[in-house]
Amino acid sequence: MKPKTLVVIGGTLLTAGCFWGLLFAPAEVFMGDVYRIFYIHVPTAWNGLLLLTAAFICAVMYLMKGDLMWDDRLEASMEAGVVLSALLTVQGSIWARPTWGVWWNWDPRLTTTAILVFAFAGILALRTSLKEPRRRAMVTSVATIVAAADVPLVYFSVRFWNSLHQIQSSPETVSAAFVWPLRVNAIAVLLLMAGLISIRAETVARLREAGSEPPPLPSAQVEGAR
Amino acid sequence: MSSNDGRKRVALALGACAFAGTLLYFVVGGIGNNLVYYWGPTEVLAAGPKAQGASIRLGGLVEKGSIVKGEGSNMSFTVTDGKKSFPVRCTSVPPQMFREGIGVVVEVTVAGDGVFESHRLMVSHGNEYRAPDDPASVDLKKLMDSTDGIRSPDKE
Repeated sequence: MKPKTLVVIGGTLLTAGCFWGLLFAPAEVFMGDVYRIFYIHVPTAWNGLLLLTAAFICAVMYLMKGDLMWDDRLEASMEAGVVLSALLTVQGSIWARPTWGVWWNWDPRLTTTAILVFAFAGILALRTSLKEPRRRAMVTSVATIVAAADVPLVYFSVRFWNSLHQIQSSPETVSAAFVWPLRVNAIAVLLLMAGLISIRAETVARLREAGSEPPPLPSAQVEGAR
Repeated sequence: MSSNDGRKRVALALGACAFAGTLLYFVVGGIGNNLVYYWGPTEVLAAGPKAQGASIRLGGLVEKGSIVKGEGSNMSFTVTDGKKSFPVRCTSVPPQMFREGIGVVVEVTVAGDGVFESHRLMVSHGNEYRAPDDPASVDLKKLMDSTDGIRSPDKE
C-alpha cells in the first residue's frame, strides 16, 4: 500500500474513532467525561513505544548490515516516537490533574517516560551535530540501542514497582462499549504513523544523498536568484 | 566498504546490546529493589522508628467508613492494605475522585500523636473503566460535584 493511502485511511479512522469515543461512547461511571482522553492517550502510548522499538530494530539492522537505508528509517521512526511520547506526557498530565489531583508526580511510570522523551530527543539533537552520514549512523545506532533499554522499563514499570499510574487495562477491565472506539483509534494511529514514517524516511534519504543540507528556505531561493 | 568496517559495526551492535542488557538487569534486579515509590501500611510498620518524622509516601486503600469530615477542608480517614491501617489527617481539598475504597498515595509525616499528617493527597485510579448500565442515569452535573452515591453496575 502506498504511504499516502495509509495516511488517508489512518486519518479517516482516527476522525471516526474520535467521534465515536468523544460523542457516542457512554461516560464512565466514576470519571464521567474525564476518562475520554484514554481514546487518544492509550493509542499514543502503544504507538509511541512501538515506534521507539522500531528505531531500536533499525539501529541493530544498520550495525549488522551497514545499509544507510536503515539509518533513514531510524530517524523517521524516532522523530515520530519522540513526538508521540512527548504528547503522551502532556495528555497524561491533563488526565492526572482531575483524577489523581496532581499534574505530575515522580512515580516510576512517569519518571521512566520522562527519561524516554529526553533520551530520544537528545539522540535526535546529537544527530544534527554529525555531518558525515556513516559516522552519524554509527553513533546514533549505538546511542539508540542503549536508550532503548528504557522502552521495556516504561512498559513494565507499573508491574515492577509500586506506582501511582494504574497497570495496563485489558478487555476484561474495560467495558465493551469503550473497547472498540479505542481499538479503532489504536489502529488508526498505527496506520497514520506507518504512512508518515515511510514518507519521512524517503525524505531523509534524499536529504542525505543531497549532502545532508536541508532544502533552501524560500527567501534564500529568492536571494540566490538575484 | 571493507569487511573490517562490517566487523566493527557488528561488534558495536553486540557491545551496545550487552551494555543495555546489563543496565536493564541492574535497574530491574539490583537497584530496583531499593526504588520505592510508596510504602504500604505494613511496610511503614516494618520500618519502625525510621518512619518517624520522615516524609514518606503512604499508599493503600481508603478504609470503608473511615472518612470523617471536619471543619472546612479538614478531614481524616484511614489508609489500609487489608492487614494494617494508619490514620491520616488531611487539610487540603481532596481530588474529585476521592471516596471510600479507592486507592490513594499520600505524602505524609508522622505527627506526635501517631497520626499521619498529609501534605499531598493523590488518588490512584485502577485499570477499570466501566460504562453505566443506563447511560442516561449518569448525571454529569452531580458527578462534577461529588462521586458519592454513584455505583458501578459491574461491581454490585
